[in-house]
Amino acid sequence: MTNLTHLTLAAARDGLRAKAFTAVELTEAHIRAVEANRALNAFITETPDRALDMARQSDARLAKGEGGPMEGLPLAIKDLFCTKGVLTTAASHILDGFHPQYESSVTANLWRDGAVMLGKVNLDEFAMGSANITSYYGPVKSPWRRADGKDLVPGGSSGGSAAAVAARMALAATGTDTGGSIRQPASFVGIVGLKPTYGRCSRWGTVAFASSLDQAGPMTRTVRDAAIMLRSMAGFDPKDSTSVDTPVPDYEAALTGDIRGLKVGIPREYRVDGMPAEIERVWQQGIDWLRQAGAEIVDISLPHTKYALPTYYIVAPAECSSNLARYDGVRFGLRVEGKSLNEMYENTRAEGFGAEVRRRILIGTYVLSAGYYDAYYKKAQQIRSLIARDFAEAHKQVDIILTPTAPSTAFAVGENDDDPVKMYLNDVFTVPASLAGLPGISVPAGLGEDGLPLGLQLIGRPFDEETMIRVAGVMEAAAGFTALPHLLRGEV
Amino acid sequence: MSLDKATVARIAHLARIKVPEGELDHLAGELNTILHFVEQLNEVDTQGVPPMTSVVAMGLRRREDAVTDGGQVEAVVANAPNHVAGFFAVPKVVE
Repeated sequence: MTNLTHLTLAAARDGLRAKAFTAVELTEAHIRAVEANRALNAFITETPDRALDMARQSDARLAKGEGGPMEGLPLAIKDLFCTKGVLTTAASHILDGFHPQYESSVTANLWRDGAVMLGKVNLDEFAMGSANITSYYGPVKSPWRRADGKDLVPGGSSGGSAAAVAARMALAATGTDTGGSIRQPASFVGIVGLKPTYGRCSRWGTVAFASSLDQAGPMTRTVRDAAIMLRSMAGFDPKDSTSVDTPVPDYEAALTGDIRGLKVGIPREYRVDGMPAEIERVWQQGIDWLRQAGAEIVDISLPHTKYALPTYYIVAPAECSSNLARYDGVRFGLRVEGKSLNEMYENTRAEGFGAEVRRRILIGTYVLSAGYYDAYYKKAQQIRSLIARDFAEAHKQVDIILTPTAPSTAFAVGENDDDPVKMYLNDVFTVPASLAGLPGISVPAGLGEDGLPLGLQLIGRPFDEETMIRVAGVMEAAAGFTALPHLLRGEV
Repeated sequence: MSLDKATVARIAHLARIKVPEGELDHLAGELNTILHFVEQLNEVDTQGVPPMTSVVAMGLRRREDAVTDGGQVEAVVANAPNHVAGFFAVPKVVE
């Protein structure tokens, strides 16, 4: 039998339908891979019994020809999605022992379509971070290595999802993206990460970080896999007031391979000072690929790009400080006693939140406090309007925008963490689209000089994931990215 | 502008997070790094620009004013660190 964990999601789906193997066999192979790679610390909670139970049910449905679009396909779920009866931590001490009494809409959609849950994967605490080093459950290691042998970060915040998919522990994983948390880790580990338009996937039952930015999406090894999985994750949900009531198209059908005549915008402001030559090289390569495929390359301007990151670091902490007010030691999770109610709140939140989360709550509290709201928060929301306007103008001229995903390849644990702003710069290319609510996808494009993956990002028009997926498919075919993480070399 | 120790202590209290006295200086430094970073926004002329209120152009939906859920006391308190007779229990508030 072929190595089942190395199949794409699409090939596994087709193999199950053709009865080349069973969902139980497929799931068992992945459970073994999860167990064999525990050193990566990708999983917070493994659910092998539940996985096998779901797989058996899938096999029964497949036997009757009743399989759903994701039937029998084992997935890793970011531990930010509430899963009924299964520990959900957001990688925070403050959610100790939290067993949701309900299922998030996104995961419910995946189970409705037959998918199998392998477990809950690690992330930065409350999805705040770009390296998966702020988790209460410890950092995640990338399956990739650098010549100096140091452990590398998988990116963040969806670092466990990225590591699990790259290391072939899961066929695919759910991620969430607030400022780049799907796309940047996808770039770091050489996989595909898709952040849909804000409103495309329901936020209901997903632990909130910054509600006007948070969006769930698939992390997969191919663009086709992302298309398949997005179709199951997306959809209108009356329980999320910002969920959009438009039909979910068959994204896989968008993969026609034909982008002739399409206009691709190259924003000049993304050529930032001190950008490594290898990023420039991969970006130029992407431009050449799309031109050779018949697209027209257009220089565009997104004038407020440089203000996106500082805008984000007002808006996101402000929303985080409001959202995380609910962790008070009363209704769920950790409680640290105190002499009064206030002291109990203060003790619980002091012990329950890690350093990065505490920093963001304090910044958010400050920018929303009396006398500072207009100077910081209102100003940031005005600039956010300008950033969105820049994109809207650009999308009048072009169908899609091509940029690098991240300003570097993966770095080692301990690098970039001496200064919070230095770490924030990781998201310089992903944050603008988040602020404008636009769909973005990172596609593995090649390797840097250090032998580590680099991704390219496509930014689409609102709710036009199909064009984005079509272009991503062409870029993926041109890139022919087949490099395996060092951990897996010799396995195949 | 820069945050001093006293301001950080005040914000921490507003956020209900106890910060030990010894950490205030260091924390003020970190927060100031972030605030200095965002200060570049002052370069942008935002006169007359409406602040963003919704990233997707859509109005809020209406629904019928009807009870759609409820009667789940056990599920609601299931994760509470302390609950008594279907209520969340907290330290005494009234002296």
